[in-house]
Amino acid sequence: MSVALHMPVLQVVVPLLSAPLAVLARRGSLPFMFTTAAAWFAFATSIALWMEVEHGAVLSYFIGSWPAPWGIEYRVDRLSALFLLLVSGLAAVVLPYSRRSIQAEIPREQHYLFYALFSLCLAGLLGITVTADAFNIFVFLEIASLSTYVMIALGRDRRALVASYQYLVMGTIGATFFVIGVGLLYLMTGTLNLPDMAERLAAERHTRPVLAALAFITVGLSLKLALFPLHQWLPNAYTYAPSAVTAFLAGTATKVSLYVLVRFYYSVFGESLVFRHLPLPEIMLLLSLAAMFVASGIAIFQRDFKKLLAWSSIGQIGYITLGLSFDTVTGLTASLVNLFNQAVTKCGLFLLLGGAVIVAGGSTLERLAGLGRTMPLTSFGIVIGGLGLIGVPGTAGFISKWYLVLAALERGEWWLVFAVLLSSLLAVAYVWRFVEAAYFRPAPPGRPPRREAPASLLIPAWLMIAASVYFGLDTSVTVGSASGAAEMLIGVKK
Amino acid sequence: MNGVEHLLSGLALPVVGAAGVAVFRYLPNLREGVSLLTAGALFFCVASLVPSVLEGARPGFELLEVMPGLQIAFRVEPLGMLFALVASGLWIVSSLYSIGYMRANGEANQTRFYVCFALALAATIGIAFSANAFTLFIFYEALTLVTYPLVTHHGTDGARNGGRTYLAVLIGTSVVFLLPALVFTWHTTGTTDFRAGGILAGKLDPVPMAALLALYMFGIGKAALMPFHRWLPAAMVAPAPVSALLHAVAVVKAGVFSVVKVVVYLFGTEALGNGVPTDWLIAISGFTILAASVVALNADNLKRRLAYSTISQLSYIVLAVAVLAPLSMIGAVLHIAAHALGKITLFFAAGAIYTASHKTEVSELDGIGRRMPWTMGAFAIGALSLIGIPPAAGFFSKWYMVQGAAASESWVALAVLATSTLLNAAYFLPVIYSAFFRTERVAPRHDHGEAPATSVAALVITAAATLALPFAGGIPLELARAVWGGS
Repeated sequence: MSVALHMPVLQVVVPLLSAPLAVLARRGSLPFMFTTAAAWFAFATSIALWMEVEHGAVLSYFIGSWPAPWGIEYRVDRLSALFLLLVSGLAAVVLPYSRRSIQAEIPREQHYLFYALFSLCLAGLLGITVTADAFNIFVFLEIASLSTYVMIALGRDRRALVASYQYLVMGTIGATFFVIGVGLLYLMTGTLNLPDMAERLAAERHTRPVLAALAFITVGLSLKLALFPLHQWLPNAYTYAPSAVTAFLAGTATKVSLYVLVRFYYSVFGESLVFRHLPLPEIMLLLSLAAMFVASGIAIFQRDFKKLLAWSSIGQIGYITLGLSFDTVTGLTASLVNLFNQAVTKCGLFLLLGGAVIVAGGSTLERLAGLGRTMPLTSFGIVIGGLGLIGVPGTAGFISKWYLVLAALERGEWWLVFAVLLSSLLAVAYVWRFVEAAYFRPAPPGRPPRREAPASLLIPAWLMIAASVYFGLDTSVTVGSASGAAEMLIGVKK
Repeated sequence: MNGVEHLLSGLALPVVGAAGVAVFRYLPNLREGVSLLTAGALFFCVASLVPSVLEGARPGFELLEVMPGLQIAFRVEPLGMLFALVASGLWIVSSLYSIGYMRANGEANQTRFYVCFALALAATIGIAFSANAFTLFIFYEALTLVTYPLVTHHGTDGARNGGRTYLAVLIGTSVVFLLPALVFTWHTTGTTDFRAGGILAGKLDPVPMAALLALYMFGIGKAALMPFHRWLPAAMVAPAPVSALLHAVAVVKAGVFSVVKVVVYLFGTEALGNGVPTDWLIAISGFTILAASVVALNADNLKRRLAYSTISQLSYIVLAVAVLAPLSMIGAVLHIAAHALGKITLFFAAGAIYTASHKTEVSELDGIGRRMPWTMGAFAIGALSLIGIPPAAGFFSKWYMVQGAAASESWVALAVLATSTLLNAAYFLPVIYSAFFRTERVAPRHDHGEAPATSVAALVITAAATLALPFAGGIPLELARAVWGGS
């Protein structure tokens, strides 16, 4: 048997193994090297997987060669391939960045812990994406979450501890709800394999336990993906975590939870149950709109730029769930494209901001004043990323907006079109708070007149920003995969 | 070189020029030299396309496909030809003018200024040669963003607030109205290509078509149709060369150019003539013409008066388009060129007055014609052209508009044109009168003559061009006619 056949499982196993290796090596740069090598391996593997499934193939891998309903199945289709690409790609860029970044933020003797936790988190997120076993999803969700809580707590600011604790409580409630839902489904079907579960559910679709399971899973995952108003954990967690952690989380944690939700809705419950027999689309639509307006509105009034971006993320999650609530191919495509583009853009922004924080000594807008002069490359990058959040043509954000508007138009709902576009103007307002601080105000006294962030921080950050522009001009990867996945999910069930 | 290569170099030149300006940032003479050279090369490049376009060639190419079925693509047609010709030609003159203005006023950040200026021209050329509305939209938004640093160039609180209004109105209208209009067009027709006869003909009922037209007309905020006109006076916080080239020529003309393009190549004049309600557009543009003229009449600040005059003149073009008569369309196209020449002269003059005497108010201008005869002479020519007095260029475009309005028996439009001509005279003539025929009431703080030579040269050139345009071998008229010859 060749190695290529084992790619789906190696994707998870390699990062999982690099965690204990990092702990064993402990000193020097070995932990960093193990983790980075694992992330790059995962990225290379996910590219290979993505290319294999790009034309509609589905890869099944049976752990220990136990066939599907009994053993654990790993399954890669177009939807999971897109997420694998996203998660491993972000990890591959954030890790080289983290080396220099955590020197400023985490005590030296804890560095190996950071790398071990990062590996675990990566393995967990990739595991969630690749497995086709409901309980396995829960296990990986917990691996990813627990390592995340600790990584957030590594933040230099003491408020990171409270933020981490908040997230721990909320995240645990979310995970518990999810596992209750999975338990109910197991009760009704006697299986944990997702495709098998879907088949057996067909008969029991409208029974009360199934509906209860749907409710538990929806609420649990909504907590994890920070759907308004279950978002309270997010702003502090993003603000006080170390920069590299924030950048990675913003692009992956909430996004992977959304993946699970989409997976359960379309591949397990089926769209007719989720979207036609329950008022779920209406509820999701309302919550999405609330997120788009309220969270973006709150973002405008933040004094800390990192927190501002965190609130912006909650608003952007609203656009993603809005597309989902449409239950159309275009809507789901919009949702997935938005998710991908948003992850890349936000990751780039948080990376750049991390560099600025090291030089400027803080992320409040007062601290960042005059940044346009003292750190021209960093602040110009933030402006480009900001334009991406607004959705200016030529950036990835524009593509997301285009598809979302198209999806709303297809439903003939003009008021939604205007709601989406009006709320995107709020992004102009909060992005321009940075622009005006960086370019119109003088730098606070004591800042070195002209010093950029170190190249080891700037290069990965600009790579992400460049990617966010690239995906605004060439959409064959994003729109291609997303529409392919959407057609697969919605087409199959029809 | 064939047409496609000229087109490609026309699009690339300003970007290369911007890079060149940035490279020579420590050598001011070389930097301005690059700027001037780029402008000259661009004009040459654009002008060399004219003969083949008049013969019916339509060179074009596709750059890349952004989303399935949506390409960034370019194609030269007569209307874009004329717009590009005007913008690139005036860029040469305004580069000349900028050198004198920026140095004499000791402006900071001149490199940024010239870089953004070149990029603004790149976006303008992109708009002029867009082959579809999607491409046009991309460059339209780019133009807003690259001109923002120019508007806020001084970095003061006033500049910041002006910049806020500028962005809020331009981004707001384009995102909330123009983008959905574009998506809807694509959704309905499966294309956004500009085609002779329009792509929407027969695809929509009259009322939705009128609603879509409204989205486009208000979405193109750069055309400054009321109530979305506030950005233009706000943009006057910018240095004079910016007001002159961008807010009398490139940006505002990009707005009305898009209006003409959308009406002619997306809707098609015939489709709009078929029972689609368009009277409201005549009413709104007519109201904008009159209301802006009245504001201009009461504005004492010279640049503000000119800005409101621009708002009113832009709506002439929208009005002429809304009349939907072939003659008034030709008038609309000609007016793009005529108003550009006249208004840039006026803004140059306002900047020259400021440079020489630091005066900004109309009431301070008594007797200034004696100190600055060339400047005020050019001002007079520009003003007379905008009022519509022969043989200046403005007369001819107005002539076609009046004929078109009369032919289609649009009495409202005719009345608006007549009234506004009187109002134009009422707000321009007193300036000329007090400059030449009154004596100085207060002696200026320092004895001054004309502004720096390059600035004066620039405004004399544009004033001369205003008079020469009607006799310039009929190229503008031929191009305007060619728009109706099909593309």
